[in-house]
Amino acid sequence: MDTSSVLWTLFSVFYIGLSYFAALCLVFGLLSKIYGYLRTPMPWPEVVTPAPETEGGAVLRVAGDVLIFPNLFKADKYLWVGAWVFHVALAAILFRHLRYFTYPVPSLVLYMETVALFFGYLFGLTILYLFWRRLALPRSLYISNVPDYFALILLGGIAASGILVSYWLHVNIVDVKAYILGLMTLRPVSPPAHPLFLVHLTLVLILMIYFPFSKLLHAGGVFFSPARNQPYKIQNPGHRYVNPWDQSVGD
Amino acid sequence: MKFDETPIVKDPAKEGILSPPKIRENASAAVRCYPSKPKDTQAIGLPGERVPDWQEKAIAKFAELLEKNKALRVYMDICVRCGACTDKCQFYLGTGDPQNFPVMRAELMRKVYRRYFTPAGRMGALSEAADFDEAMLEKWYTYFYQCSECRRCSVFCPYGIDTAEITMAAREIMASIGVSTKYVTEVVAKVYERGNNLGIPPAAWKDNCEFLEQDVEEETGKPIRFPVDDYGADILLVPPSADNFANVDTMVGYGKLFYALGIRWTTSTYCNEGGNFGLFLNYQNLKKVNKRIIDAARMLNVKTIIWGECGHAWRGAILTPTLNGPMDMFDPPYPYHISQFMVKMIRQGAFKGRIDKSANDDYIVTYHDPCNTARAGQLLDEPREILQHCVNHFIEMPRNTIREKTYCCGAGGGLLTDELMPIRMAGGKPRAMAVKHTGANYLATICAICKAQLPESMHYWDVPVKVGGTIDLFTRALLL
Repeated sequence: MDTSSVLWTLFSVFYIGLSYFAALCLVFGLLSKIYGYLRTPMPWPEVVTPAPETEGGAVLRVAGDVLIFPNLFKADKYLWVGAWVFHVALAAILFRHLRYFTYPVPSLVLYMETVALFFGYLFGLTILYLFWRRLALPRSLYISNVPDYFALILLGGIAASGILVSYWLHVNIVDVKAYILGLMTLRPVSPPAHPLFLVHLTLVLILMIYFPFSKLLHAGGVFFSPARNQPYKIQNPGHRYVNPWDQSVGD
Repeated sequence: MKFDETPIVKDPAKEGILSPPKIRENASAAVRCYPSKPKDTQAIGLPGERVPDWQEKAIAKFAELLEKNKALRVYMDICVRCGACTDKCQFYLGTGDPQNFPVMRAELMRKVYRRYFTPAGRMGALSEAADFDEAMLEKWYTYFYQCSECRRCSVFCPYGIDTAEITMAAREIMASIGVSTKYVTEVVAKVYERGNNLGIPPAAWKDNCEFLEQDVEEETGKPIRFPVDDYGADILLVPPSADNFANVDTMVGYGKLFYALGIRWTTSTYCNEGGNFGLFLNYQNLKKVNKRIIDAARMLNVKTIIWGECGHAWRGAILTPTLNGPMDMFDPPYPYHISQFMVKMIRQGAFKGRIDKSANDDYIVTYHDPCNTARAGQLLDEPREILQHCVNHFIEMPRNTIREKTYCCGAGGGLLTDELMPIRMAGGKPRAMAVKHTGANYLATICAICKAQLPESMHYWDVPVKVGGTIDLFTRALLL
């Protein structure tokens, strides 16, 4: 065994370890955060009105928040366009990435191929737009801080390297899939020896580790916002909102 | 200090909407409430002065609240600083102070949260964390008392982040280490001593009511009563105490309304106050103040409770079954607001042929949604329905300034105190500009704090308008 293959083996072991570590961080980080949200009670009715008066209505309200950002639409149309297109493109890209995680690949994912590049560019452009916005608008500039720029730069790097390895400096997709399926079946193999792909992978792993401990957690937290997810049932006969940690009636 | 000294121009807003001012760092940093006095804090179960080890105690309290309040826990994590809220707070629009961006206000608390409760915050500078030190406490004390807990920002936040919950938690933490304001603690102490926020003693309350009876009888020739402590009445009315003192037309309105309906009603000298200043201080006092309403209703053996025209009272009312136990000893629906009651009576035809709208023809009326009735209490259509039935000339303010998007009057949330006058006038500017745009000469609203603040802010911004309740107008048109 020559030196370079020893080094490559060590390098592979490092990437395999880092990949598992990142996956564990993402899963357990998210689970612990969500467990925290689930465990913590909301002691009083807090919904912001006008609000739906049934549970079903509240579910629809949150679904609307997740899918079309109505509050942001009311607040700032330009930001809404940027944010909504960004998230739709992100969702499309994540969905397309299923081709690297599934075997056989669902046909819907394969159909995506024709429009994948479009979403890739859209994603990149909206990141640039959101970044520009933070710098160009005085109020946005004032509130932006290091974690805000870091998140955008990280996502921008992921987008750029991803587009490049898919459409310009091709990485061997069979190797990529072998690496990922190897990780998933606990029979890991070396990652593809493609520098730009390794950049892409590294940035994604950093994102996975960073995600549960950062503002990116809004993706999970949006489901737990009491101002949005409570139904307004104050005057429903027989209804009483109970505070789990204080059921005394007062002294 | 007046905001006149800073470059605020009394400019008429375009289309009634104020455009966001330029950022002016620290523009309102010097506007602070007077600190509480030991005699008040002792009376309401708070430390009279800063406790020893206040930093550790504050962080311990913070930890406790994070375990007890889902909203706080979620809202500490999920803000992405998108900036949608930055031009939504009336206190930013009025002052230009960037610390009055809802996001920056909340960041004051998030910085401390990150420092003590997240792994990144323990590591260092890049995580936007900060120690809870003297300087930070001073910022908390300043800017969490420049928030009126009105929740306008929540309406525009993609996650509905409710700054009121954050402000309430920050004030609760400060109160626990002996940092609170004179105004709020004084008011709560008065409630325990005399039953209402204004500190009107029972005898004076009764005198006022008798005086009103004579006055109204002279004016109308009808024996309209303002009963006090009438055991066995059908309805206990819990008005804001200011209605019997400053907003007398509203009090007269209640009397005329119940007289016209032939209903036996009463107020209570044990609890003649709906407005709950515990909301602006801490949970323990919120609950205790609210309990008095239920106790008063039981003492007088009434069938049901009706809350008067008061925004924070209605927020307290909504919390009543949660804080003070099931209300099933009373006739439903409960809690019950006077506007809901009036709408029900109107729809049942109780006033058919008894309303002369032209009595209000001297007024062009517009309606100011108080924050708590609109954004906490689902009371958006009722006041408008009442006005439709009693005035001929009604005009809405611009769409972005009414209903759930209403601006705070500028003095809610424990800010209705003289030393905060600069911030009150600045915060009242967006509302004043919207009123000016309508050309109305009567500004109707259903909140005692609004009714105290708006005349001052309208005067300050040169908007010639009379401020009063919806019930004032309704009973003006009501043929007795």
